[in-house]
Amino acid sequence: MQPASAFTSRVIELWRRLGEVNDPELDEPITEMGFVERAEVVGDGSVEVDFRLPTYWCSPNFAFLMLDGVRKALDQLSWSPAYRVKLHDHMFAEEVNRGIAAGKAFGEIFGELAEDLDLETLRETFGVKAFKRRQEAVLVGLRQHGLTDREILGMDLTALDAARFEPGEAAKQKPRYRAAYVERFPGRRQVDPVFLTCEGAPIPTLTLGAYLADLRAVRINMEFNGALCRGLKHTRYKELGVVDGEPTLVDFIMDRVPVPAATRI
Amino acid sequence: MYRTPEGKDIFVVDGHTHFWDGSPENQKNIHGKQFIDCFYAYHTGLSPKEQLWEKSKFEKYSAENLCNDLFIEGPDDIAIFQTTSLSDFYKTGFGCIKRTSEIAKKYPGRFIVNGSFDPRDGEKALEYIHFMKETYDIKGVKMYTAEWNGASKGWRLNDPDAYKCFELCDKLGIRNIHVHKGPTIIPLNKDAFDVHDVDHAATDFQGLNWIVEHCGLPRLDDFCWIATQETNVYAGLAVALPFIHSRPRYFGEVIAELLFWIGPEKILFGSDYAIWTPRWLVEKLWAYRIPEDIAAERGVQLTDEIKEKILGLNAARLYDIDIAARKAEFANSPFSIAAE
Repeated sequence: MQPASAFTSRVIELWRRLGEVNDPELDEPITEMGFVERAEVVGDGSVEVDFRLPTYWCSPNFAFLMLDGVRKALDQLSWSPAYRVKLHDHMFAEEVNRGIAAGKAFGEIFGELAEDLDLETLRETFGVKAFKRRQEAVLVGLRQHGLTDREILGMDLTALDAARFEPGEAAKQKPRYRAAYVERFPGRRQVDPVFLTCEGAPIPTLTLGAYLADLRAVRINMEFNGALCRGLKHTRYKELGVVDGEPTLVDFIMDRVPVPAATRI
Repeated sequence: MYRTPEGKDIFVVDGHTHFWDGSPENQKNIHGKQFIDCFYAYHTGLSPKEQLWEKSKFEKYSAENLCNDLFIEGPDDIAIFQTTSLSDFYKTGFGCIKRTSEIAKKYPGRFIVNGSFDPRDGEKALEYIHFMKETYDIKGVKMYTAEWNGASKGWRLNDPDAYKCFELCDKLGIRNIHVHKGPTIIPLNKDAFDVHDVDHAATDFQGLNWIVEHCGLPRLDDFCWIATQETNVYAGLAVALPFIHSRPRYFGEVIAELLFWIGPEKILFGSDYAIWTPRWLVEKLWAYRIPEDIAAERGVQLTDEIKEKILGLNAARLYDIDIAARKAEFANSPFSIAAE
């Protein structure tokens, strides 16, 4: 790649910020799911983002949560640009686009359709699932590494940071588990055990197997959605990030060269 | 009939098939177009490449295609039609009971036609259940709790209106209630995948069988827990099974959970034709072994005996199919497509 010009560094910053927004239901970055179809810094520095979900029917509340996340991500860009975010081909695209542009809350956009939905509760529900899924990947990775259950459950934050995994699910989820742990339990000390239930209870060594079986069920559910969404997204619209299987600029920016199989299918 | 590579004949009941018309001519509005497009995305997203159909064939296939894919090229002995009317999206319905019944009449013994109703229609729903029983002698129904109806954006199996309908089903001997709990259309703001209403309904209607289609994915854990508590709750494999091709290890995890929690007697095969065709699904299922570490973790195996149950024996029990008699009958008169 060429040395980063001011323009390129803005593009990189834009994609990095967008990559921090997760699909709440799948706990996967929206950029990896291919939902961000286009994100550009135009001539005057303003930003345009086109967003497309796997189906016309995707749940509007999740669409809203993601677009709200995009809005917040764009607010953090260093050059404070004006921006336009647009949801395409969704049964509520018009309502959501108008609402997002006006900075409205979900309930305001959908009015009576939203009924008694509390988005914060929904966010928390999926926050718990994300915590469990990330934790499972790390725990399984540590077990595969040959650590005993006692050793694993005795690990603190320092030990977690020192752990190294082969490329794979555990390596991917370790920093994400760390982030979820620190966010959920801000009062924990560096020397406190880093693996505990999402309610904050310790996990007894003898029951780690059963505990992992519960976590596995959470992952199976989330993976089902993820695999389905990927398949649907890919076939609904041509994957724009990859042209004829060759990586594009975006792939380099997203540090996904070689292009992961999932986006190629 | 599916003949295994070892030469064994397996009786196949396909618990989930459709004969739809999603063609542009039948679409009432943009929703109709988007609905069939979504199904097509499932088809292209999870099928092996060599099984892909042209879009126009997928939108509307002939009775001949149907019979060929299920019974001639395909391994099915008996196929169950699940009615999905979607009358707000399609002029003559997406999969209407009249159309499926006509096909069923042409091929006696080959099809079981299930009806559907919307309990929110109140008295009309009750009348319609009577009508379906008298006209088509239905043995089961397909329920879609996430469907919109006027101001309502979904319903629950344990709503009072629904209970009136199930009481009537029980009385009329419509015993098999297939419930769509899986990927939904238009889940506006609820957790439309929630499966807890199955628990209540199954407890209160012990005489009915509750077949949860798509085995409650993506709420497999909740579903398994409920199905373990309730003896009359079953898992339909439609949509879960195609993962056997694209993500075999993942399929292993799903089937291991099902076997561990609810056991081999309560899992039913379904192709969800025409989203997928049964032949490759059955072939792959027969050849499948759960990866060793997953099998060891849950202490389960997917043996040939269990596969035979999943492919036909379990559904035969629910629908009173006398397999020995039907085998003999089908052997004497192999399937041939009737002239139009």
